[in-house]
Amino acid sequence: MSDRWSAGVIPYAEMGYWQPDYVPKDTDILCAFRITPQDGVPPEEAGAAVAGESSTATWTVVWTDRLTAHEHYQAKCYKVEAVPGAPGQYIAWIAYDLDLFEEGSIANLTSSIIGNVFGFKALKALRLEDMRIPTHYVKTFAGPPHGIVMEREYLGKYGRPLLGATTKPKLGLSARNYGRVVYEALRGGLDFTKDDENINSQPFMRWRDRYLFCMEAVNRAQAATGEIKGHYLNVTAGTMEQMYERADFARELGSVIVMIDLTVGYTAIQSMSAWARRHGVLLHLHRAGHGTYTRQKTHGVSFRVIAKWMRLAGVDHIHAGTVVGKLEGDPTIVAGYYDTLRLDHVPADPVKGLDFDQDWASLPGVMPVASGGIHAGQMHQLLHHLGEDVVLQFGGGTIGHPMGIAAGATANRVAVEAMIKARNEGRDVMIEGAEVLKTAAGRCRELDVALATWGDITFDYAATDTPDVVATPTGV
Amino acid sequence: MRITQGTFSHLPDLTDDEITAQIGYCLDNGWPLSVEFTDDPHPRNTYWEMWGLPMFDLADPAGVMLEVDACRTTHPDCYVKLNAYDARLGRQTTALSFIVQRPEPEPGFRLDRHEGADRRITYTTTSYATGRPQGERYLA
Amino acid sequence: MCAVRMNGLGDRSAVRRGFAMPGSAVAPAPEVAPVDDGGAAPSLAPDAVVDLAAERSATGVDELLAVLDAELVGLAPVKARIAEIAALLLVDRTRARFGISTAPPNLHMCFTGGPGTGKTTVALRMAGLLHRLGYLRRGHLVTVTRDDLVGQYVGHTAPKTRDVLKRAMGGVLFIDEAYYLHKAENERDYGSESIEILLQVMENHRDDVVVILAGYAAEMDVFFRSNPGMSSRIAHHITFPAYTADELEQIADRMADQLGYVFAPDTRPVLRDYLERRMARPRFANARSVRNAVERARLRQARRLVDGPDPRVDRDALTTIEPADLLASRVFDPEPDGTEPGERGTAEGCGSGTMPE
Repeated sequence: MSDRWSAGVIPYAEMGYWQPDYVPKDTDILCAFRITPQDGVPPEEAGAAVAGESSTATWTVVWTDRLTAHEHYQAKCYKVEAVPGAPGQYIAWIAYDLDLFEEGSIANLTSSIIGNVFGFKALKALRLEDMRIPTHYVKTFAGPPHGIVMEREYLGKYGRPLLGATTKPKLGLSARNYGRVVYEALRGGLDFTKDDENINSQPFMRWRDRYLFCMEAVNRAQAATGEIKGHYLNVTAGTMEQMYERADFARELGSVIVMIDLTVGYTAIQSMSAWARRHGVLLHLHRAGHGTYTRQKTHGVSFRVIAKWMRLAGVDHIHAGTVVGKLEGDPTIVAGYYDTLRLDHVPADPVKGLDFDQDWASLPGVMPVASGGIHAGQMHQLLHHLGEDVVLQFGGGTIGHPMGIAAGATANRVAVEAMIKARNEGRDVMIEGAEVLKTAAGRCRELDVALATWGDITFDYAATDTPDVVATPTGV
Repeated sequence: MRITQGTFSHLPDLTDDEITAQIGYCLDNGWPLSVEFTDDPHPRNTYWEMWGLPMFDLADPAGVMLEVDACRTTHPDCYVKLNAYDARLGRQTTALSFIVQRPEPEPGFRLDRHEGADRRITYTTTSYATGRPQGERYLA
Repeated sequence: MCAVRMNGLGDRSAVRRGFAMPGSAVAPAPEVAPVDDGGAAPSLAPDAVVDLAAERSATGVDELLAVLDAELVGLAPVKARIAEIAALLLVDRTRARFGISTAPPNLHMCFTGGPGTGKTTVALRMAGLLHRLGYLRRGHLVTVTRDDLVGQYVGHTAPKTRDVLKRAMGGVLFIDEAYYLHKAENERDYGSESIEILLQVMENHRDDVVVILAGYAAEMDVFFRSNPGMSSRIAHHITFPAYTADELEQIADRMADQLGYVFAPDTRPVLRDYLERRMARPRFANARSVRNAVERARLRQARRLVDGPDPRVDRDALTTIEPADLLASRVFDPEPDGTEPGERGTAEGCGSGTMPE
């Protein structure tokens, strides 16, 4: 290392960013990157480059490093492993000292770790697979304004998944017609209805009109059922001031929940989280746009990392996949997202894509939302894969019901209640799910019609899917 | 009108055997159960009257059914519900809650609208039953 | 909304037909096992033949009786009564399968006998037995005394007793020294309130809980005389005889063996002498006294080995109880001084041992 300080360009590894003997500290932020180095670049050097570019380094030696305790601030790539079955790909494990980050700032965390390095020429591709947030850093965030437990106590709804629907068509309805959909769906049995991510304040329906009609619908449905109901009023807007104005109006009208899109940015999300906490309003986050950087296997940021950031930033709901719906997701990988959002201690599990143990230090859990092409006939699969603490959103599966929107909502509610009841009675819903639904449909025409409409229900799924066995305690 | 609070409100009323099965599920999970009743099922009426203390350390649903029956017999015109509680760290909240008796008929709720400026409406939900004094709300 | 109000929240048959939809492909599997759930609709044709031995072995009752036999020396009359009850329940179950109506038997019991005669152990096994025979759903044992049932002030007793009963449901409620529930000298004692509630549940929830009252024979007699309602609801009175000296010696052998000790040959007569003297003393508590005697012999043996002139020991020395280990007991003192023999300042047989024989 004698030439460490010679002017010019030297390998990152030699500058101290590759430290195979480094033992990560409990306080370090750890990252697992999938790296695809350019031809001829050794993987250790590529890993060291990622560590360098995401911490202190620049492309050449600078003497001003010597004015700092540079070794403290250097990120250390401490392990590189080839990815089995994927030639040219490696997982690089990098440790970052806690001092590199500002307390309670997702913007700073992400600017540091994914700020510069993803365009780095020495790599063909780079993906942030997972991240271990030390509890020391977790504790600088307030997390979800309410969390799963508080949301359930707020709504008085226990022991089953919550049900929702996105108002369709998502564009073009007038405010009055839009509110009709909300009313029908809620009185029929759903707990929530939802604006879609791109419903903001367009010429066909301005936000204020939408809010007024939706809250009329929510209150009517509440009086008709004796249950607390909600509509996610999307407050996403062009400026923070407009978002606050819309959110304040929603809370003044008595809405239990508002909604934002991931596209508003991490800082706006944290601001809205503080607002939601201050006013006791649930905060729903739509992950609009995430597919642009979460979907590709070799480049981008895994959704499980986004999920961690959003739990820190503090949202009460986040869309996290359905397994069985129109937006396919591998069941075990989606299980990893759900664990990340809901559990307090998430053990590392490579099958679920979880590279690190993650301890949340009692930060409340985020309610995952499953949305997109799911219907009542899949209820047993949804319960099996996603569990109880989840919002199941049946948009088309509610509004497209031949007997009407309320009937669609009823079908979904009866299906979920029947399935929970059967599971609690000790029945294996993955084997008997079809039977349970048929029986329930025999006493509920709405469900019967729903099953007939979206009838291609295949129940041979249990036989092919073996992991993730849900414990089904035996009733008496 | 049928209020749809509770986990199984969209299904036909549970039979005693079905209630027993749900209690068994709760006991197998280590959840104590409690019985509550009210004559005001307003959606924001969080605190129904407690029918005794939560029942800890029970092995069999029959003990819970004993209290369900006693409460139903004493308050035949009230809503009665069963709550199961999960005391695990990270939960510490109700795990399951369902209605085991309803009055006949259920009067439901009135929605009052107070019209303000700028088309704003303030809504108030009122239980029709509370129009009468407590204890006389479901007399025919 | 499609929720339908079904008439009668109490329709107990509804759950059975609940999921059996007409034309449904998967019907609940019919009960074809040789051992049925004890009380369902008749499942056997009138000319069917049941192998009671197979039925019996399927319940696992014999294993349980064998455990009891291994656990408890002697008690032949008790074991005989248990075998009878097991036979009755087995026959009842089989009758039910033929559709012969059989009122569920009354199984509330009273165990009388001195302390340390195995009442609690038998109650525990009884709970397991009744569970295996399908009479009790859970088969656990809840042991209580008066203090667990009776409160200190008005309105305290009913919830306490109900709470105990609720915990015992599905299993056996064992009330030790049950006669203390009734205090003849005090008419306003809350014990009678507890007895009332017990009687109600014993009558109306026979299939939910089995109540076993336990205590000394004489006191139980008095108790039953002043509480005829209770007397009439107890179907089985089982007397636990005091152990003979031979049986006590067997018990001592078993306990020593479980602890990894043996009595030296010349310890035998001393042990016998010890037991006979001990039986004659007040507050003798049968097996419990033997257990304490063995425990104290262990202590003395250890001290003898540690303090002895030769500190070297072998396996035999470590496992053998010598005469000296028993002879040091106060039971061999010429004049009984009224304290627990052999106590030497240690407690023995508290609890039911406080009742004079």
